[in-house]
Amino acid sequence: MEQKTKINAEDGKQELVITREFDLPLELLFKAYAEPEIVEQWMGTKVLKLENKKHGSWQFETTDAQGNVVFQANGVIHEFVPNQKITRTFEMENAPFDVQLEFLEFEKLTDDTSKLDMQIVFRSVALRDQMLQLPFAQGINMAHNRLQDIVSKLR
Amino acid sequence: MNLRRDVFQAIADPTRRAILLLVASQSMTAGAIASNFDTARPTVSKHLQILTECELLEQEQNGREIHYHLNPKKIKEIADFIEPFREMWDGRFNKLEALMKKYRSKK
Repeated sequence: MEQKTKINAEDGKQELVITREFDLPLELLFKAYAEPEIVEQWMGTKVLKLENKKHGSWQFETTDAQGNVVFQANGVIHEFVPNQKITRTFEMENAPFDVQLEFLEFEKLTDDTSKLDMQIVFRSVALRDQMLQLPFAQGINMAHNRLQDIVSKLR
Repeated sequence: MNLRRDVFQAIADPTRRAILLLVASQSMTAGAIASNFDTARPTVSKHLQILTECELLEQEQNGREIHYHLNPKKIKEIADFIEPFREMWDGRFNKLEALMKKYRSKK
């Protein structure tokens, strides 16, 4: 079976591209990125701020069951073109990683299907490779744990 | 953990990647490997040493000769390293898709 989510990380480049085709109309796919309540559900994080406009900014925070903050990220929005494009920065707080630049492009395939291209540009090749290895090396990466939760529920 | 980082450092070098490709087809002696490169013999030896230390290559004694061959297990580990990252995003996107399908049917 062909994989729905593809990662393209070319050797020696400081960027990677995540591509995914959705069984969703373009408008619904874009909505999942634009509405804070929806973002919260599929990203599994609290959305403290999400200003969908040029010069806007965003802020996510995840807490564990005891209320301890385990993940914080923020960034600014450079471009916000409904159903087409979001350009933004992403920075993990309290982590030794430099800010990354993200280009999200949304594309209509048919009336019921759509595609997302997410190009992420890192400060260096080494940093990109480190980010790619994060779930691999740590194994206890929080997002990965969430994934395992989801996967185990599917079984 | 250090060992793993070494593996990625090992394959970061273009000559070492070329050596791995070369040895992938058949096991070879250090001399035979070196004859495929313009690089000085000691440099190739150093590369072989690094690749052997991080277990990408294995040595096999054949009489007086030492042959190098790939360690498929270690190679697979590298090939798979990006997979957890892909699965992480696949999981998020699957959730997004399921969520929005429900969202649509509610309307």
